[in-house]
Formats: sequence, C-alpha cells, structure tokens
Amino acid sequence: MSYNLKEELQKEDRLSGGHRMCAGCGSPIAVRTVLRALNPEDHAVVCSATSCLEVSTFMYPYTAWQDSFIHNAFENAGATMSGVETAYKAMKKRGKIDETWKFIAFGGDGGTYDIGFQSLSGAMERGHDMVYVCYDNEAYMNTGIQRSSSTPHFADTTTTPAGSVIPGKPQQKKNLTKIMVAHGIPYAAQTTFIGNFSDISTKAHKAIYTSGPAFLNVMAPCPRGWRYPSEKLMEITKAAVETCVWPLYEVVEGKYILSYKPKQKLPVEEYLKMQGRFAHMFKKGNEWMIEQVQKEVDKNWEELLKLCEL
Amino acid sequence: MGIRERLSGNEAVALAMKQINPDVMGAFPITPSTEIPQYFSAYVDNGQVDTEFIPVESEHSAMSTCIGAEAAGCRAISATSSCGLCYMTEMLYVAASDRLPITLAVSCRALSGPININNDHSDAMGVRDAGWLMLFAETNQEAYDNYLQAMRIGEAVGLPIMVCQDGFITSHAIENIELVEDEKVKAFVGEYKPQHYLLNKDEPMAVGAYATPVYYMEAKRQQAQAMMDAKDVIKKVGAEFGQMTGRTYGMIEKYEMDDAEEAIVIIGSSAGTAKEAVNELRAQGKKVGLVKVRAFRPFPAEEICEALKNVKSFAVMDKDDSFNGHCGPMYAEVTASLYAAGVSAPRGISYIYGLGGRDVRVESIQRVFGELGEIAKTGVTGETYRYLDVRE
Repeated sequence: MSYNLKEELQKEDRLSGGHRMCAGCGSPIAVRTVLRALNPEDHAVVCSATSCLEVSTFMYPYTAWQDSFIHNAFENAGATMSGVETAYKAMKKRGKIDETWKFIAFGGDGGTYDIGFQSLSGAMERGHDMVYVCYDNEAYMNTGIQRSSSTPHFADTTTTPAGSVIPGKPQQKKNLTKIMVAHGIPYAAQTTFIGNFSDISTKAHKAIYTSGPAFLNVMAPCPRGWRYPSEKLMEITKAAVETCVWPLYEVVEGKYILSYKPKQKLPVEEYLKMQGRFAHMFKKGNEWMIEQVQKEVDKNWEELLKLCEL
Repeated sequence: MGIRERLSGNEAVALAMKQINPDVMGAFPITPSTEIPQYFSAYVDNGQVDTEFIPVESEHSAMSTCIGAEAAGCRAISATSSCGLCYMTEMLYVAASDRLPITLAVSCRALSGPININNDHSDAMGVRDAGWLMLFAETNQEAYDNYLQAMRIGEAVGLPIMVCQDGFITSHAIENIELVEDEKVKAFVGEYKPQHYLLNKDEPMAVGAYATPVYYMEAKRQQAQAMMDAKDVIKKVGAEFGQMTGRTYGMIEKYEMDDAEEAIVIIGSSAGTAKEAVNELRAQGKKVGLVKVRAFRPFPAEEICEALKNVKSFAVMDKDDSFNGHCGPMYAEVTASLYAAGVSAPRGISYIYGLGGRDVRVESIQRVFGELGEIAKTGVTGETYRYLDVRE
C-alpha cells in the first residue's frame, strides 16, 4: 500500500485542535500521526501517562480525544492499558462486544524510560495486544525540564545545569528501544517526523496492526526544553536523523531493519548547534564535549549497522 | 440450606470469587494473601471460571490493571496484604475518585519495619482515607459472606470496596463454614452493567481528567456523598443476605450491650476472643459488652454512639497505631463521633494491641475490662493512650 500524505490528512483527526500543548511541540504531532494510522472504522482506547500531553488535552470538562481515553497516573500507562486490553478479551469472550478495538498508550520519556519503566516492561512481557508510544523529548518537561535517563550527554537541564564543575548531564542517554527489543516483542521501532511523515505513519500502522505488544519510540522535540524557535521543529528532527543521533529503524520479530541511511552522515555539531540546551558545548575550551558526543554517536551507529547486518 | 465445608479464610474468599466469576483479576503475591490468587489461578487454568487473570509485576500494577479493566466495563478484582497495599495506595485514591467499584480482598498484615508477616491492621488502617468502602471480618464465614455482598454495595454507590480479614488468624486457619449454592450466589450478586465505560462503541468516554480548583472540590464532595449513601446500601444488602442465608449483617454487631456498663469497641478476629472474655465476665455477674465494627468505611458513627451512650467506660481497641502521640485511629473516630453527638458521660481509653501478630488472649481482654471497671468505679480515667501486653 503506497503512502500518500495528502490522503492521510483527509482522515478525521482523532485528537482535536484547541488543546493546550505548546506551538512547536512534537508530542501532539506524534499523537495525531499515530492515531491517523488507525483504520478509520476501528475503535480505539487511548491511554496517556500523566504528562504535558495528558494535562493539556483532558482538562475537565473538556477533552480533545475523539476515542475513549483513560489517564491513570504517571508511572502506569503500561499496566493501565494491560487492564483495558484484558477487559476487551474478557468482554469479547463473553459475547458482550463484537467490534474490533485497538489499544494505544502514550507516555513521555519520564513516564516511559524512568518511572513507568517497570509497568511498561511488565505489559510487554505479558504480551498484551497494544502499542506503547513513547514521545521522547529527553527530559521531564511537564515539571520544568529536569533530566531523565533519556536526556543526552551534556544537556543542560534544571537538575543537570551546565555548571562550572559539572557541565550538564554526566551520563549518556539510555537506549530504551533496544531494551524493548530484548523483551522479544514482535515489533519495535524508532522514528520521528521526517519529510512527508511516511516513516512514522508506516511504522505506526505496523505497530497497531501487529498482533501482540509493540513499541514505538518517537523523538518529539520540546521547544522550551531544547530551546529552539518553534518553527524549527522539523529541521531539528531532520538533523537528528542526518547526524545519526536518532537513527530510524525497526525490529520485526527480532530482526533489525535500518529505515534510512544518510548519504553523508553529518557531524553532530549540525544537530547540537540548533539547540540552547547544548550551547555551553560550543564555548571555547569545551570542544572535547562535542568530540566525546561524536564518538558516542559513531559507536552507537556502528553497532546499529552491525545489528542490521549492513 | 447452605453447603457445609471446612475452609481457610483465603480459600473461602477465593471460592467466593469463583462463584461470582468476575471478568478480570490482576494480582501480585504477598504473604498472607498469596493463596487467594493461587487458588484463583487454578480455577482459571482448570476452566472452572472464565475470568482473565493478569499476573502483574507489582501491586501497583495490580491496581492499575483493575482500574483499566473496571473503567473498560468489567468487574475487576484483586487481593493483597501489607506492603502490597501500601504500594498500591496511590492507585487506591485514583480508583475511588474515578468511581470504579473494584473489589479488593485484603488479608491484613503488619507493615515494615521491622519486617513482620503477621497480623495487625496497620495496612488497612493506613489507607482508611483513600475513599474505599471497608468491611472487616471476624471469622472465615464473615470473610466469605462479606465478599459475596461487596460488589452489590460497591456497584450501587460507585465506590471500590475492600474486604478485610486477619492475616493467618482467619486467612490460614481452617474453620467450619457454610457456603451458598452457586446459582444463589449468581442471582444475589447479579450482572455488572456500568452506565458508562470505555469499550462502548456508541459513546466514547474519557476517564481520569485533570481538574482545576474550579472542579476538584465538587468531585470530592460527590465521593463524600457516595460514602454517606453507602450506609443504607450496606444495611439493605446485609438484610437481603440474611433473608437468603439466615446470617444478617449491618454496620456493627452489638454483643451483650443491652445493659452493659463497660464496653470495648473492636474490629476483626479479636472480636471472637473478646466475646469469650465477655462470656466469662458475664458469668461472674459483670455487666460488660462489646461493639464489633464491621463497616469501618463508611464509619458507623451513629450506631456506635447509640451503643455506647449508656456505658460508664469503654476502650477502643486498635490493632495498629496512628503514632500521633495520643491514640489509635479507631479511638479518634469513636470519640469524635461521641463528641459530635453530645455524648460525654462515658469515659474512654485507647488501647493499642496485637501489633505484628502479638497474641491476644482472653485474659488480655479481661484485663482491659478490669481497668474499665476501675475507671467506672472511681471516675478516674488516667492515661488514655495505652499499649496492651507489651514489655515496657
């Protein structure tokens, strides 16, 4: 089936406009794109971990969600959706419903890499037929830009400020996609917003219509936390892919498949320089930090190519 | 006529679950409630129920799955104890505020630390303000009977309900029990038909809103109303259960209270021990009595005031401590109820007892009555905050 953005956009939005997310935020873009990948006739229950997304889209008495929606807490979108999906099985078995429902959970990196990690791991291991989508903006943005285990090396956050002794986050970003792959789930993928959105749309459709648990990791920049002008969003995600900071790939039944290989891999500066959170790395005397990040990106990229048998 | 059996409290509760055949169970093992999901898993794996069982990775997730399943339109259940109940505390509040009538079996156990696996009520009392209905059982029979009534009560008012029994004392001890026939259970409990639920294709639903100060307090006020409304439901369901089985239940049970001058207020299995103490003292001509609290949430304030208004002295027995420096949690609620009702004549003391499985014997309770007799005679209450059977 060929992908056509214009046709995709004809579908009715399942997340209504008028919610309170910031301009230039990647999260609602990720949500709208993933939900567009649902076959329009299919019903869905959407779950969100406590996050910017949740508090901005479901403020009583308004909801931006066209589908049934449940928010429970910060750390348990995986378990909550496990319960909903199991209820579906129970009701179907007992003949209480006969239509098809799909189950999609969203969490930020805080709710996914960190506090919700156990709940997600449990849900994936138990094999619930659901998709868990992490909109990864690389810090706890809802509480005001604190570091998470997804925050990249040296990034300036409010709990890892670029200080005179410790220059930003001392640790590297955790590779959650690989950890999800290690659960032996049938589908896992890493994606972001590129070009005509074919990559994320195709992966979302595969994730939703793969039987069993699926995981999507979507780089979803945050203009406040990353400090970029809101209109630069798509330039940043493109730079992340072209520098191999955020490679696009999928893992189908354990097999790694690279989705995109840059013709010419750009140096990491091209990505870092666009964002205020990395500004201190460009000060005189801090060249070593950029060199260090380049080494780390190169190592991860080489490893990924090997996994993809390229 | 019911079916005569010999069962442990845990097995009796698991059997009640089997007879009800709920839609979803999410549970994680913890002593002493572990047997409940164990027995239930065997029912699932042997096709004796068609419930979907979710073997979650923690109690937090157990309650999270119950919230998801109940919101989706199912009857969801779980079982836990002690630290497990603590670990799901955050979710207990969400379940109550989302108005999801989940049923949770609790085999009560002490909290760490020191780590201890034996019975007291620190776990259940620690979550007493989470917005759940709470029933306590004295015996295995009551644990079973309370479980059969729980869903009727919770679903009528839209609140989750805890069915508590004493870890090991009733959860593991085997007693004679009279079971209700399967078809009668099914007819009594009925089908769950939620008004609104996630998996309703004709009406999407959103659960778990963010509420600003403009709306938050009204949501809480409605929860408070549901809790108040539950009193009549508990009595009505208890009476109906009595018509079916001959075992009628209310908010409290009064034992030898008609002419009692000294009384104790107690909850759980120790009520049985205390009844024996009352029997022996009555045989000696002492006018002693007992009030057993069956429903702790909603709190039976009126019933307790009515029962205690004519006594000279009373002790409230708490199997846990509030660590507030002056009394146990049930004492605080009993005395608040009396004060609000303008009942000031009875002199009351708070007794903390049985922590971490410390044995509670007939003589222990008799000693409490002895002190109540002194207080009644002299009119001097003395220290109101006391520990029973402890090395000082």
